[in-house]
Amino acid sequence: MARNVSTQRKLLTTAAAWTIGILIFFPILWTFLTSFKTEAQAIASPPAFLFFDWTVENYFEVQSRSDYFKHFMNSVVISFGSTLLGLLIAIPSAWAMAFAPAKRTKDVLMWMLSTKMMPPVGVLVPLYLMFRNTGLLDTRTGLVMVLTLINLPIIIWMLYTYFKEIPGEILEAARMDGASLAKEIIYVLTPMAIPGIASTLLLNVILAWNEAFWTLNLSAARAAPLTAFIASYSSPEGLFYAKLSAASTMAIAPILILGWFSQKQLVRGLTFGAVK
Amino acid sequence: MGSITLKNVSKVFGVHAVIPSIDLDIDDGEFVVFVGPSGCGKSTLLRLIAGLEDVSGGEIVIDGKNATDLPPAKRGLSMVFQSYALYPHMSVRGNIAFPLKMAGEEKAVIDKKVADAARVLNLADYLDRKPRQLSGGQRQRVAIGRAIVRQPEAFLFDEPLSNLDAALRVNMRLEISQLHQQLKTTMIYVTHDQVEAMTMADKIVVLNRGRIEQVGSPLELYHRPDNLFVAGFIGSPKMNLVAGAPAAMHQAHTIGVRPEHLVLSKERGTWRGTVGVAEHLGSDTFLHVNADGIGTMTARVSGDFPVTHGDQVFLTPDPQRVHRFDDKGMAIR
Amino acid sequence: MATLHTRSAARLMIAPSVLLLLAWMIVPLAMTIYFSLLRYNLLMPGMEEFAGLSNYTYFLTDPAFFQAIFNTLAIVLGVLFITVVGGIGLALLLDQPMFGQGIVRILVIAPFLIMPTVAALVWKNMFMNPVNGIFAWLAKLFGLQPFDFLANAPLFSIIIIVAWQWLPFATLILLTALQSLDEEQKEAAQMDGAGASSRFIYLILPHLSRAITVVILIQTIFLLSVFAEILVTTNGGPGTQSTNLTFLVYAQALLQFDVGGASAGGIIAVILANIVAFFLMRMIGKTLEA
Repeated sequence: MARNVSTQRKLLTTAAAWTIGILIFFPILWTFLTSFKTEAQAIASPPAFLFFDWTVENYFEVQSRSDYFKHFMNSVVISFGSTLLGLLIAIPSAWAMAFAPAKRTKDVLMWMLSTKMMPPVGVLVPLYLMFRNTGLLDTRTGLVMVLTLINLPIIIWMLYTYFKEIPGEILEAARMDGASLAKEIIYVLTPMAIPGIASTLLLNVILAWNEAFWTLNLSAARAAPLTAFIASYSSPEGLFYAKLSAASTMAIAPILILGWFSQKQLVRGLTFGAVK
Repeated sequence: MGSITLKNVSKVFGVHAVIPSIDLDIDDGEFVVFVGPSGCGKSTLLRLIAGLEDVSGGEIVIDGKNATDLPPAKRGLSMVFQSYALYPHMSVRGNIAFPLKMAGEEKAVIDKKVADAARVLNLADYLDRKPRQLSGGQRQRVAIGRAIVRQPEAFLFDEPLSNLDAALRVNMRLEISQLHQQLKTTMIYVTHDQVEAMTMADKIVVLNRGRIEQVGSPLELYHRPDNLFVAGFIGSPKMNLVAGAPAAMHQAHTIGVRPEHLVLSKERGTWRGTVGVAEHLGSDTFLHVNADGIGTMTARVSGDFPVTHGDQVFLTPDPQRVHRFDDKGMAIR
Repeated sequence: MATLHTRSAARLMIAPSVLLLLAWMIVPLAMTIYFSLLRYNLLMPGMEEFAGLSNYTYFLTDPAFFQAIFNTLAIVLGVLFITVVGGIGLALLLDQPMFGQGIVRILVIAPFLIMPTVAALVWKNMFMNPVNGIFAWLAKLFGLQPFDFLANAPLFSIIIIVAWQWLPFATLILLTALQSLDEEQKEAAQMDGAGASSRFIYLILPHLSRAITVVILIQTIFLLSVFAEILVTTNGGPGTQSTNLTFLVYAQALLQFDVGGASAGGIIAVILANIVAFFLMRMIGKTLEA
């Protein structure tokens, strides 16, 4: 049903929404613009918005000074690695909970979510020491392991809510058709759940990409992802606004673009299936 | 071939015995319908036979072999589900081919069998469509196609027509019956609709609260119901059941008279009453008569019987067709 | 409902996740408890000795601890308040017909996708800096004295930064919930003579209650352990004015190398989180069941 709204009111709403939208987005826009300025222009007062000498110098400098690509690759490996590993462990579990629930399934699920309530500092010390003693400190492997465990409850929960929407009869039909459990999951469940799996993947890559407790505390130089790469700019060097902006833009651009392209799945994923 | 025997089969969920104990023989090639009200255990029984649920006790023998502990895939049965349960991400071809693929058949064999099934079911033009692009009846046919390519010992149908509209349901009923005549394979069909049961079955199994009330051919159940439950369940409109003084005259606790076995007259008869609602179907008219001292009775009269709301009429049961039941609800013969 | 075969397969398939999460919870937690009872400093290896509850008494009598508790709660409640109220407002606005709704949504969603370290650094330097920041320039424009946010109102500044990151999340969830409100219900309410404000109170707000609960639950989980924003902006300071419990334990462990003390702090954090979780779960249980 189309709502009957006067054009005047629509224009008013549009103006208000765009103003607020741009205000919320402004810090990111400003970072992006500043990254193309010289350092002098970056701190000029009054600030220059569009009319300055555009330069890409800062990007090259950031790359040569702190090896952006190394950290970028670390972020890619850590976020995708932990998410894919998490999915591999979670898909069978979510299948079991959605399609062969036992009396305690709900409790197990709630317990899994409750592990997310545990503050990371509760286990920071032993984990740091264990990692130090086993040589996992500052390695991609170590970070993949930790982030897999951190996001596992969310991955299982999201998959569970998606799987719940798939009628069990279809899986039973596969069973009648002679499919083993493995084939039932590979040929029937997984393809049917592709949209759900994709949005789970997406949200968890974003969460892992932006995770900034464990990545900051368990990495130093070799395995440091972009979160740690940026944190190194918090020292007085951060006063070089243009370079800081270039580094920031490079750190957030990949995930920002990924997020924008998959907005629809993201919204569904964000709500963990609890709000439709 | 496809004979199925249930020996002492029971199913318990928690403390709740859905099926206390059932014995049943199904002969090869029979069309058997499980019918009963919702919650009577008919679908559970079908799922036990399919192997989608474990029995809590007893034995299931399929084609002479004990299948009680076999997984569904090893029982040689095919099933058509209420929701059709088509694989939405596969084409019609992929859906029908799936069981053959799982069985490891060769590609050429698969193609031939799929083509054959598609021809039988008039699906040849739709093989490359996805299920969501099909109408309800076509989806139903795909589900049947998927079931027949495996050449199973027996087909299981779980209320397959309940998602279709009335006209289509009548068509599909006919198609399934014709399919049975062609294939001559055992079919077990679950429904809550006694019309489907009457029109399709060789043998009807009436279930109530997990127990078998009666097994027999449609006409046996119609003419000789074993008990009040079957008497009330089979036949449409329902049999009129009368207890008390009128029944005592027939030396019974309760008597039952089908609407078509009541003779209607405007002048004289056994029971007097006033017409409440008259449902004119054209060929017949169903009259709901408020009989004095008895309650509402349904009578079936010919479509040209002149009667309207508020008329006084007399009802007389055909004495040959009165069913008598004792105080436990069992038929007296 | 399933067979013995599928049920045992199911148990087998849940096992890896359960065992991993169990190991992840129990082993380090047990070690933390053990360490918390030791005098154990990484700068003095080999000097570990049993210390009883002295680490706990040390932590619980430290004024910084109470400051940290207060700051933790202030961050959680402050951010929740801003994001829920702001989110409802924004969602109501975005639900109206307008031009370019998709683009506005892209603009609004963006902060959620930004990593905390970047968000904090951008705000700290380019907005809140008292000399070169945008806010300083705006203040001068209006003839005001620039305000040094991070030095004079560190906790408030951090709340603003974190709220900016989480506002999109709240907005999107509430907007999704809002869009699922039956149009006919709204029209029926209009026919019944309900004005805009009574429609909001009696129709929209109850409809949003479930979404609001989800927002509160998920955000609280993350907000209890805000860390990176503090690390790169104030480093907990000045003094301990912007130190929350997470940061306090981090500082104890990795800046002062006091494993025993940090472990005691970690255990206290776990206990507090459990208390919060308990109340949260009860509240949520009520809403989600309704």
